[in-house]
This record gives sequence, C-alpha cells and structure tokens, in this order.
Amino acid sequence: MSDEKKSGLDAVDEGPVPSDGSGPQAAGAPADKNDHPSVAALFERYGDAIRHHEVNAGDQHVVHVDPARNVAILGWLRDDAAHRYDLLSDVTAVDYGGGRPLQVVYQLWSIPNRMGLRVKCLLPVDALEIDSVVPLWNSANWLEREVYDLFGITFRGHPDLRRILMPHDYAEGHPLRKDFPLRGRFSRAEQTRRALNQDVDRFYIAAERAVGREPQEVTLPSQTASGPDEGSESGA
Amino acid sequence: MAQKTIEYTVGRNPEMGPDGLPAPSPLEPFDIPEPELDSEHMLINIGPQHPATHGVLRLVCELDGETVVDVTPHIGFLHSSFEKLGEYRTWNQIVPLTDRMDYLAPLIYNCAYVMGVEKLLGIEVTERCKIVRVILMELDRIFGHLLWLGTTAIDVGAFTPFLYTFQERERIYRLHEAYTGARITTSATRVGGMMADLPEGWIAQLEDFLDTFPRTLAEVHRLLTNNQILIGRTQGIGVISGEDAVNYGFTGPNLRASGVAYDVRKDNPYYDYETYDFEVPIGENGDCYDRYLVRMEEMNQSISLLRQAIARLPEGPINVEDPSVSLPSKTDCMSDMESMIHHFKLITEGITGPPGDCYFPVEASKGELGMYLVSDGGPKPVRWRVRPPSFVNISVISKLARGHLIADLIMINASLDIVLGEIDR
Repeated sequence: MSDEKKSGLDAVDEGPVPSDGSGPQAAGAPADKNDHPSVAALFERYGDAIRHHEVNAGDQHVVHVDPARNVAILGWLRDDAAHRYDLLSDVTAVDYGGGRPLQVVYQLWSIPNRMGLRVKCLLPVDALEIDSVVPLWNSANWLEREVYDLFGITFRGHPDLRRILMPHDYAEGHPLRKDFPLRGRFSRAEQTRRALNQDVDRFYIAAERAVGREPQEVTLPSQTASGPDEGSESGA
Repeated sequence: MAQKTIEYTVGRNPEMGPDGLPAPSPLEPFDIPEPELDSEHMLINIGPQHPATHGVLRLVCELDGETVVDVTPHIGFLHSSFEKLGEYRTWNQIVPLTDRMDYLAPLIYNCAYVMGVEKLLGIEVTERCKIVRVILMELDRIFGHLLWLGTTAIDVGAFTPFLYTFQERERIYRLHEAYTGARITTSATRVGGMMADLPEGWIAQLEDFLDTFPRTLAEVHRLLTNNQILIGRTQGIGVISGEDAVNYGFTGPNLRASGVAYDVRKDNPYYDYETYDFEVPIGENGDCYDRYLVRMEEMNQSISLLRQAIARLPEGPINVEDPSVSLPSKTDCMSDMESMIHHFKLITEGITGPPGDCYFPVEASKGELGMYLVSDGGPKPVRWRVRPPSFVNISVISKLARGHLIADLIMINASLDIVLGEIDR
C-alpha cells in the first residue's frame, strides 16, 4: 500500500505506483443470509454451490458462487417468480494481482422487486474460463467482450468473442490485469512500427470481408438504352 | 420493368393532426420504375469521422440496396484506459478523469463518482452538499438532453432547433464556468463535499435560466413535435419491446420509451429523490419518436426538480467536518498546527477507508450510470469500474437497424443518445 518514493528520472520513467491490491480481498462484514430474501433462497436451493456470502458498503449483499454453475444459478435468479432479476446491469472483473484468482462480477437488479444482488465467481489465473450468460441476457454480449478484451477471461459459448476497446490484432496482452504495465508492454518504437505496418484489411473483421468481395457487372437500364455513354465513361 | 408504388403514411396517432384527424401525408402516392437489379450485398463503412455518428463511432453496414442487412459497430477510438489510470491515483485524484467520460453532462459523472466513494468509505455528506449535487445533476441532465435534441434535429434536416438548443447550452456553460471555472472539464466534486460552495449570485443566475428556458423548449416543441418530417422519420423506426429492452440492458430514456418505468431516482433513490415531486415519463411504442417525447418531457421534469431543490437549499457547511476526509480551510492551515498536519496528510497520503466493494448506480442523462469501486483499505482503488449506459445502449443498434433503410440507421443512432467518451473510456 505505501508508495515507494522515487525521484528524478526514475519517477518520470515509471510514473505513479498503482495500488497493488496487497490488502485483504474478501473483506465484507459477516452477514446474515436472512437479511436478503434472494440470498436465503439461494442458500436453500444451491447451498453446495455457494462459497461465501458477505455484506459490503452497509447494505450490498455479495454472493460468491461456484464458477462451473454460474449459468444455472443466474438463470434461476432471473426466472424464479419470487426473484426476477431481469436486468443484468453490469458484468466486470477484478484482478487483485499476486497470482490470486480473478473475480467475475455480475450486478443484478430486479425491476419488479426493486432489489439488487451482486454475484461473484472466482477463477484461478491458470484457468480463466467461464460459461457465457449471453443466452440469459443479451446485455452481456458487449460486457463480456470487454472483460475478455481487458482481462483475458474466455467466455465459453459467447456468440462473438473478440476484442472490443483495443484493436482486434492488439498483441500486448490484457491491459487491466495488474501485471500489465501502465504504458504497455512494447516500447514506443515497436508500437509505432506496428502502427505503420498495418494492413488496410485489418480494419474489417472476417465476417465483413466476406460481404461483396466478388466484383460484379451491373447493367443499368440507362446504359443499355443509350450507346454514346460508353465513351464518356472511359474518359471519366 | 417492375413498377413500385411509394405511399407515405405519416402519423400513427390520431391526435397528431391539427383537427384531431389522422394526419395525412402531404405527398400523393406515386409510382416509380424499379430496375430489376440482381445485385450482391454492399459493405458500407460509416465513420469513424462522420458527423452523423455523433462522435468517433464506426459503423460497418452490410446493405441490400438501401436496406440494412447488418450493422457492426466498432468502438475504442477514444479509449484512454481511464479505469487503469484510476488504479494509479488516490480517490480524489480520479475526479478529473470522470468528467472526461461524458463531456456532455460532466457534473453527473463527477457527482456519481464521489457518491460511490462516499458510500464505500461510509461518509455521510451535509444536507447542503446533497441538494447542491441534486441541482448540478438535474442541470446537466438538461445540458445533455439539449445536445441530443439539437443534433437529432439536424439529423432529420431541421437546423433551427440546433441553434436554439445550443444557445441555451451556452447559458449552462456559463453556469458551469461561474461555479467551477471550467466549461466542460468541471471536476467540481470532492470526496466528502464540493471543491467550493456556490458563488454569490449563482442561484439567481440559475433562476434566470429556469425562467426563460421553458419558453425556448416550448418553441422547439412547436417546431418539432407535430412536424410531419420528424414524425415520418421517427415513428415506427427502431422499435424495441419493453421485454427485449430490459434483456438487452437498455436503461434511461431509451428503456422508458419502451414502456418500462425504471428510473434509478425512483426505484433505488439516492439523495432523497423520493421526497421530490416529479413524474417519470414513459412511452408506449419503443420507437425513435417515443424516445424523443420521453426526453422532451424529462427536461420539463428536471426544471421542476431544479425549482424544488432551490426552494429547499439550506444554509450551512458544504463539506463534512471530518479532518480525515475534508481539507481544512486555508486560514486554519496557516495558523493552526493541527490543521496543517491534516492538510499535509490528506494531500500526501489521501483518504483511506475500510476494504470492500460498492456498486453505486445513479440516473445519468443517458441511463443507469454505475460506479463499481473495489478497495483493499489503501488510498487508491484496486479497481474502479464505470458501468457505462451508452456502451450498453449502442450495442443494440444492429438489432434496431436491421431491415430499415440506411437513412433510418442515422436516426436510430441519434435517438439512442450516445457519447463516445464514455463508451470508449
């Protein structure tokens, strides 16, 4: 937590020091599951898949669940008549660094019941894969792409998993991981060299390049009707 | 050669006509010859530098003639990695990053961020601070909607409303400048309060704006709401049902236009919004026209909210009286040893709080803006995540535009009210 003092060129070179996340990871107050109706119901139904439950920032309930069963649990929360978490506000991830597991965070909100719940799945750094929730909520489409782009977590079954904020041929890694340096992995010279060597085709993804590739002759009615147009066309 | 009959139907709402009858189109149905072209689909690239994309958004469209078969939005041209930069800064140093996200309504972002931090660190701000923030957020809701109104009108060919709305925006810019010293990059909030109290005469200037702004709004209403060109371009375009809108993550005016009355100010109230008297306008059809109507009415509601907030603005301190959160006054710093120590500690170390995480949603002008903050007890966040409303809203554009003409794609894009600074972050 304490910033090491740097001076002169060292400070310019490295910039400010980030939070290293060395403090405690799960730190919420121990919670009573009966304070939140959905948490109590989750314990009853999926008790074996719930790893941890805490309350943060006063009244926000957080449930850590087994990442292998995220779709089943989130689908039940969405569809069960008593809970109806129909709005998936956010999907994001948290990296505490130091080889500790990455957290995938789902923010749920129930419009009918006016209730919120946060569901987390912890993924070990050597197995960053989790099932996609796009079949449940279409809003997860771009949000999961962003997590994939910035954290390198793969979502199994995602319809269109490609980078979204970074260029799709970005080769330096996943920027929001704690081990990613603030100014990128490549030197400025290498970044410039890559930028100058770009191929125009890279601006289009494969699906787009497949559209209208074959040149085709189209005969417009006006061209067949009048002959002299041909001469002016070759000159234009 | 095949003949195709073009028939314009304008106005689905019987109340649209001046005499209560369905508004007829000014154009008679007419026939045009249609060449029989058996052509392949075209790939058209719009943007990233194109005025109709409202920012550096790039849309790659697959077209069958003029009909949109598919749209692939490409974003990230403004990506500045604000969230990564936030991990290198103390809580208060992040405030200037927030107004650079939504530069069309910067004060909402300033306020939302510090409200999230205060919730995480367990700080209760003063009553005056709460109401000043409500005033600033409602003012910037009008500010953001006015830009959307002007640019949308331009997209359908109406130039005059653009000039009217930008004249009013200029007056809000002056209010920003009078309070914060900056027009766009306001950075007005601090954890535990504001950077300063409201300057003398600022409320009078705001009241002056509130007195005359409704007249401009009514004029724009008269120019646009029953305008047959606007109606023809927006009704039935980009329709999404309420159920789909929730599933696709729509929030804000876009969701309410589809008939779902979800407003964070009502459903998950903060800063005593439940005690204010205001309505949440909702639409029925979920098309571009309803999104237009909802935003127009929201501006009226914001005017009413601003008046109520001004009426209940109390005297008193604007910053919390806690030396571990708020900076001491300059006079105390120079005369009192203890205040100087507090000042030094706050500047060099920053504010610390308990470890944990917090998701704080507010109703921004574009939709639900969520601040997700993760702390390990240190002076800097482990993770600062912004739930961007425009990012989720623009992801739906390919669903909305499929099957419409390419000219309607421009209208759909305008009706979503996006800001690219916040999409790309």
